[in-house]
Amino acid sequence: MAISVHTQRLAATSLLVALPLMFNSPAKADDLADVRKDMQAMQRQYQASLQKIQTDYEAKIKAMEKRLEAAESKTAIATTKADDAQKAVAVVQAAPAPVVQTAAASQDTGNVQANAGAFNPAIGVVLDGKAMASGRNPNNYRIRGFALGDQAKPPPRGPSIGESEINLQANVDQALFANLTVAFENDNSVSIEEAFIQPTALPWGLTAKVGRFFSGIGYMNEQHAHTWDFADAPLPYMAFLNGQYGDDGVQMRWLAPTNRFLEFGVEALRGASFPANGISEALASNHNGGAGAWSAFVHTGDDIGDSASYSTGLSYLGTRSSNRATNPVGGTAGSDQFSGSDHTLIADAIYKWAPNGNFAQTYLKLQSEFFVRKESGSFTSLNFPGATGTATTKPFNGGLQTGFYAQAVYQFIPFWRAGIRYDQVHAPSLGSTFAGTTLDSQNSTPSRYSAMIDYTTSEFGRFRLQYNRDQARTASDNQFILQYTVSIGAHGAHQY
Amino acid sequence: MYRSIIAIAALGIVSLATTQAEAALNVFTCEPEWAALTTVLGGSDVDVFTATTALQDPHQIQARPALISRLRNADIVVCTGAELEVGWMPVLLRQSSNAKVQPGAPGYFEASQQVTLLEKPERLDRADGDVHPAGNPHLQTDPRNMRIIAQALAKRLAVVDPAHADGYAQREQAFDARLGQTIEQLQTQAASLKGVKFVSYHKSWIYLANWLGMIEAANIEPKPGVPPGSAYIADLLGRIPALQARMIVYAAYEDPKPSQFIADKSGLPAVMLPFTVGGTDGAKDIISFYEDTVKRLLAAAGGKGG
Repeated sequence: MAISVHTQRLAATSLLVALPLMFNSPAKADDLADVRKDMQAMQRQYQASLQKIQTDYEAKIKAMEKRLEAAESKTAIATTKADDAQKAVAVVQAAPAPVVQTAAASQDTGNVQANAGAFNPAIGVVLDGKAMASGRNPNNYRIRGFALGDQAKPPPRGPSIGESEINLQANVDQALFANLTVAFENDNSVSIEEAFIQPTALPWGLTAKVGRFFSGIGYMNEQHAHTWDFADAPLPYMAFLNGQYGDDGVQMRWLAPTNRFLEFGVEALRGASFPANGISEALASNHNGGAGAWSAFVHTGDDIGDSASYSTGLSYLGTRSSNRATNPVGGTAGSDQFSGSDHTLIADAIYKWAPNGNFAQTYLKLQSEFFVRKESGSFTSLNFPGATGTATTKPFNGGLQTGFYAQAVYQFIPFWRAGIRYDQVHAPSLGSTFAGTTLDSQNSTPSRYSAMIDYTTSEFGRFRLQYNRDQARTASDNQFILQYTVSIGAHGAHQY
Repeated sequence: MYRSIIAIAALGIVSLATTQAEAALNVFTCEPEWAALTTVLGGSDVDVFTATTALQDPHQIQARPALISRLRNADIVVCTGAELEVGWMPVLLRQSSNAKVQPGAPGYFEASQQVTLLEKPERLDRADGDVHPAGNPHLQTDPRNMRIIAQALAKRLAVVDPAHADGYAQREQAFDARLGQTIEQLQTQAASLKGVKFVSYHKSWIYLANWLGMIEAANIEPKPGVPPGSAYIADLLGRIPALQARMIVYAAYEDPKPSQFIADKSGLPAVMLPFTVGGTDGAKDIISFYEDTVKRLLAAAGGKGG
């Protein structure tokens, strides 16, 4: 036993310390045998007293355990007694002024001391899986009139795990908060979705994010895809933002001191994501590593009585690109290239209603976002008329490209929701110059109708069935998507 | 061009927004009972906002824009805590950019930190439903808890707003005396409820049961936060005679249908309780909230040969 080994060592050490002292003492030091006897006696005494202390302690600990048990069962019973309230009042009164600290300390000390991982960040894991059946191959996806980024396509056919996500977050210290979200993609690649720090004690309603984050533009953009009400991004999100715009940089927000919600934000970003392409590096000579993208947004919102609330906003995203490579359908990968600028304006509006504002039973959520974009610069393609097979660069002015989606989701009984969505995008015709290239819109307005029904097992688990009638390509496509999303670990945040 | 559009839009929105700067202490309360309590303790020294009404399930509140702006302007937050608001308060606090009301600051007050919580789960597993690790958070249904919390809250208000410390202390003493009297009266009135068994929809009434000596015999929810299926309801109906329950209890914000259904099938009275201030017409403030609760329980017990 560890304790007895420890005791012997203790005895031996104290003897070693005691020995020279005894030899130095003038009396009784002559006879070695006497000394030995004395030593043995002392050792016995010492061990005996140690043993006594040990058994005493053991008894005391047992007694304390018993008392603790009794106290615990007593508190359970005692709370039924009327005088308990008075007792608790006395305790509270006895405690010094800052009540929260004392109360919190007395409740948690035991756990905190026992748990070395007490300062571990909160860990949340999201698993997302999809199964998709479609009439047309998602790998040949295109939205007529738009050069698309690599994420702008339906989920792969057949069963697949979507993005699995691990989120870690905690306060760094009294001044900072940090958040990391790592995404594991279907193809086993790992990407950092978000990695930012946030000051927690800025004055005047200011807050900031530094690092990688989803831009605050629009409504859906800042939310993680697994919290969306449909299994895929609306067409304008795919066409204009490659699904969702996340980037590295700095965000500054100011919340006005009004009762109505009113927030302003600006972002200076690297420009690493579509519709930009990392201009800080590509145009290093021109820009000296400055921001390749910037955004500004304003959001406002309020309650409408007890039952309803709304949120609306206006956002701008400006990006620059240099030789941004995209894939023409059926052509050489990366052979479409764009250099120039994108100015994207987004207006969003969200309305939520529940009887008496009680979202537990039924509720309605209406949501729409409208996009306008001006893309201009030069476009390089192998498919210009008359120059098929040779890379040709022509000046390109896309005019005003537009897009919007509108959707309604209704929880008709607890745990069951149904939703419909319509989305469309439109690129103005560019005439015969661009005929046959990716940017040729063929005078069309790509659109899609969707319907979904989902069932949640709790706020942590959800199954969804979605149908899309997708008319983004020349021929329309029927898509069925089955999705599950679960989250385990730390309680996730539910943004508005 | 786009920049000027944004600037014009921003200006328009600013001029629409109402600016408010009251001298009174801005109090953000999560639930109506804390709004009522703060109003009693603060009088004209406080300006109280409530995030939820008595007809809303406090577990399921949207992180609405209005709540973010109210939090941003708050001097103190008064909530239940014990993870009752875990689905919405952390997001709001993060978005509010208000250091004064973050957890740990004097401007952050949790009622659950002031009293002993019951039903602290022995194991933490979401397979057990919506479990609260710190214990059952529905602590406002016991007026003795309210008395302790009132005292702590008055002290806290004085810490945040020292200029009006005397007012908080005086109003707290007056309130304590009134509530103490009410408790004694109600306990006398409710003596016949001692030992009375009831079935409740959600585990919302353990503190009330504890106070009045009543016994929660079963829940209509098979697990906290999980609505009952037909098989579970059939099973519960089969068990009810043996449970010897005298009434079905549900909260004002809960769907009455499952409770009414069980009541009809079992012949027991179903009684809706206010659960918080404003849950019923009778529950106008803290005192009448307890009075109305006891009145309704007595009526239900009396109606069934009590």
